[in-house]
Amino acid sequence: MNRSKQQSAGLDAGSRGATGKDAFAQALDVPQVAGRSLWEDARHRLLKNRAAVFSLGLLLLILVIVTVGPWLIPWDADYTDWDNIYSPPSIASGHYFGTDAVGRDLFVRTLQGGRISLLVGFVATIVSLLIGVTYGAIAGFFGGRVDQVMMRIVDIFYAMPFMFFVILLMVVFGRNIILVFIAIGAINWLDMARIVRGQTLSLKRTEYVEAAVACGATPWQIIVRHILPNLMGVVIVYITLTIPQVILVESFLSFLGLGVQEPMTSWGALVNDGAQDMESAPWMLIFPAVFLSITLYCLNYVGDGLRDALDPRDRI
Amino acid sequence: MRKFGYKTRSMAVTGKKLLEVEQLEVVFETRDGEVKAVNKLDFSMQSGETLAIVGESGSGKSQTALAIMKLLAANGEARGAARFYGRNLLEMTATEINEVRGEHIAMIFQDPTSSLNPYMTIEEQMLEVLMRHRKMSRKDARLRVLEMLTQVDIPDPQRRIRQYPHEYSGGMQQRVLIAMGLLCQPELLIADEPTTALDVTVQDQIKRLMRELKEKFNTSILLITHDLGVVAGLADKVLVMYAGQLVESAPVDEIFYRPRHPYTAALLKAVPRLDQVGDYDMHPIPGNPPNLLNLPKGCPFRNRCEMAFDACKQMPQVREVVPGHRLRCFLDGDALK
Amino acid sequence: MLNYSLRRLAWAFPTLLLLITVAFFMIRVAPGGPFDSEKNLPPEIQQNLNAKYHLDEPLVQQYFRYLGQILRFDFGPSFQYRDWTVNQLIARGFPVSLSIGALAMLLSFTLGVGIGTMAALRQNNVLDHGLMGFAMLGISIPNFVIAPLLILVISVYWGWLPSGGWEWNWRNMVLPVITLAMPITAYIARLMRGSMIEVLHSDFIRTARAKGLSEFTVIRRHAMKPALLPVISFMGPALAGLITGSVVIEKIFAIPGIGSFFVQGAMNRDYTLVMGVVIFYGALIILFNFLVDLIYAWLNPRIHYK
Repeated sequence: MNRSKQQSAGLDAGSRGATGKDAFAQALDVPQVAGRSLWEDARHRLLKNRAAVFSLGLLLLILVIVTVGPWLIPWDADYTDWDNIYSPPSIASGHYFGTDAVGRDLFVRTLQGGRISLLVGFVATIVSLLIGVTYGAIAGFFGGRVDQVMMRIVDIFYAMPFMFFVILLMVVFGRNIILVFIAIGAINWLDMARIVRGQTLSLKRTEYVEAAVACGATPWQIIVRHILPNLMGVVIVYITLTIPQVILVESFLSFLGLGVQEPMTSWGALVNDGAQDMESAPWMLIFPAVFLSITLYCLNYVGDGLRDALDPRDRI
Repeated sequence: MRKFGYKTRSMAVTGKKLLEVEQLEVVFETRDGEVKAVNKLDFSMQSGETLAIVGESGSGKSQTALAIMKLLAANGEARGAARFYGRNLLEMTATEINEVRGEHIAMIFQDPTSSLNPYMTIEEQMLEVLMRHRKMSRKDARLRVLEMLTQVDIPDPQRRIRQYPHEYSGGMQQRVLIAMGLLCQPELLIADEPTTALDVTVQDQIKRLMRELKEKFNTSILLITHDLGVVAGLADKVLVMYAGQLVESAPVDEIFYRPRHPYTAALLKAVPRLDQVGDYDMHPIPGNPPNLLNLPKGCPFRNRCEMAFDACKQMPQVREVVPGHRLRCFLDGDALK
Repeated sequence: MLNYSLRRLAWAFPTLLLLITVAFFMIRVAPGGPFDSEKNLPPEIQQNLNAKYHLDEPLVQQYFRYLGQILRFDFGPSFQYRDWTVNQLIARGFPVSLSIGALAMLLSFTLGVGIGTMAALRQNNVLDHGLMGFAMLGISIPNFVIAPLLILVISVYWGWLPSGGWEWNWRNMVLPVITLAMPITAYIARLMRGSMIEVLHSDFIRTARAKGLSEFTVIRRHAMKPALLPVISFMGPALAGLITGSVVIEKIFAIPGIGSFFVQGAMNRDYTLVMGVVIFYGALIILFNFLVDLIYAWLNPRIHYK
């Protein structure tokens, strides 16, 4: 019980002030004004965080390159350039990142892998978000016995060696990208559920929610109208911090040979290929590794920056 | 180094003043700019004297106390001087101020529950003061702690001493903090809102306890409070602050029976009084204290003052109306009656 | 305190049961049996094999048989390594995995707490930003990226340390332990920094300073314990992370630990081995979580005096 509180303390605290202010504003019946100033304030603080802004820029750049890049490069992802097998990066040959064991252009492969990695990141995060928010909001809103049982279940799930289950899933049901989405999304919802539950519990005690209850609003109306909008801050922070985790899990699976399958690829799979040939062809390791690491690094920085921006604790 | 070591304790005889605060300024660096929490504050205390600093929250009274102890938050800075027996506390190094803290100047805080370390027993928290300053053995220190706890009316201290703060009530926690502060018999005890966080009945007990201890140990107290009830029984002198500045300072009787500043008078009227049964009126002061970020020119109280006139757009200077009675107002208070 | 411990322990059993159940049924609904890959087996031999391993019984009966086995700490024979039981495989791999894991845990805890505290004391300083930047790197760069890069530079180019393989020798442990410890160290450092900063802002720290204690004493006596509590709670998830990481690390450095067996077993549909490992590690995590709970309660008087 206490451990779980501690674990979510960071994020809980992250928006305590925010929701508190909102609650106050709503009680005074001036939600728009206070709401806007809160977000404006957060944006102001985020923009002042140079590391976060830089990371955000870099991320957008990577996103654009990864999306648009493959169409602009003359090579196809599965085209074999028989003249250039295992060739190091070179401007002359047009393979800026070099080629792999079967002569495929590594630049295109890296971008292609990025598409998959990022896609998995977004989709799986949304899956975990949907499960986590629903679960947490229900537990927090109804409280009491329901909450106790639901959080016990979360506690039990926390004690499971999840990565092993995911590996089992992959083995049992075959290596299928849809399954990767679902499996990763399904294990990452626990944190979200805890955070949302904590937020909901404290929101429920605010005056304006009590007022809504007194006016006869149904639980569903209260969750949709009052609780969920106030969870926005935490959810946004959570999303930015979950995406890198998910990308990491996917690349971990791909690295073990359990994630996406040829001819599809992801950054993790490319790093796996590269690690096997790193002595003779280090570029095969380095380029995807750099892309993967920078993306994760930036995502984490943006997430951190957002959390700081939405957390008014050290605002004086 | 140990200029304030306990062997030279009888500094009172040197004739220097216990505490002399001169042109004290406390400034906080915030995102929205500089905030001046305390502005050019002067006051002094004689040994054995109790001074109460009174004001609304945000008047700078607590920051004054913290500045003297060099306990300001990281973004705060104190300028000016706060001389303790002639030595400027504000210029002391970390090692020097640590010789003073706890040994010569002790401090107790507003919220006793959060001011005690919840992860340590009362014994550990009290022993360390004596072991730090008096180099006492554990055994001797323990005896002294037990004695002190008895003085502040903790029942069964032998058993209680091994407990954690959460096993004490709020009033008992504040007693413990007072006992902790008095362990080394400091020359000065700074009490920052010592009763605010407590229940009304408990407040009375703490007030009585502080009065008793003041007599018994002859400790000077710098009392920070907004509760004039505490002031009445305890203080010799009163200093009223508003928006970081002194507005009036005088012996306690003068303040209560002949306030000269409209703000002091308003404060007194705002106190509910039990001795006026029937159709008594409580008069809260209208309006709010000004924003310290952009203080208006002139007297900061003028927007809430019933007697404000044109001259108040200029800042009045502090002047001594009668000996020992300082006032920052163009009026001399005769109109108040 | 005893009451609290027993209550925490009581929760370990349903957790373990759920773990076993899910693992069991997940494996059994899987398409394809363990002997499918050996295509040339005549049907009667296949039947005999199935009978030998009780694969021909109804599922529920198999489940209870398996539960009974587990209660006797018997994970059964391995399907793939014919001459080995799962117990023997685990007994062989665990000392290796444990020594690397324990060293990594120790390293990341001490280093993480140290770095976090230093950064907190120099909040928003160059040192703080530098350390936290590094910590962010540690969190962001997966260890399967760090490990090959370290091997490439330290083993291949410089030839200082072996690139893999296993002997009971510190030279074989350095790189695996470092790569395994890196992300956990980074997490702990960030956690520690945050909690230390928060604790240093609390009222009781101000009281401690007002007593005239030196800054060092204030931190050691008053701030350290409360600041460590979130780190202690993190140790459970940290172990899970270490175990997951060890799967990768053992693969990259060719270390014959449980992780390697698991990956092999998973690829070969070695039901008993995979389940044995999942349950073994699951139980380990549950046990460890229980210990962490006890330590947490012991450090926190507000729990253990209830």
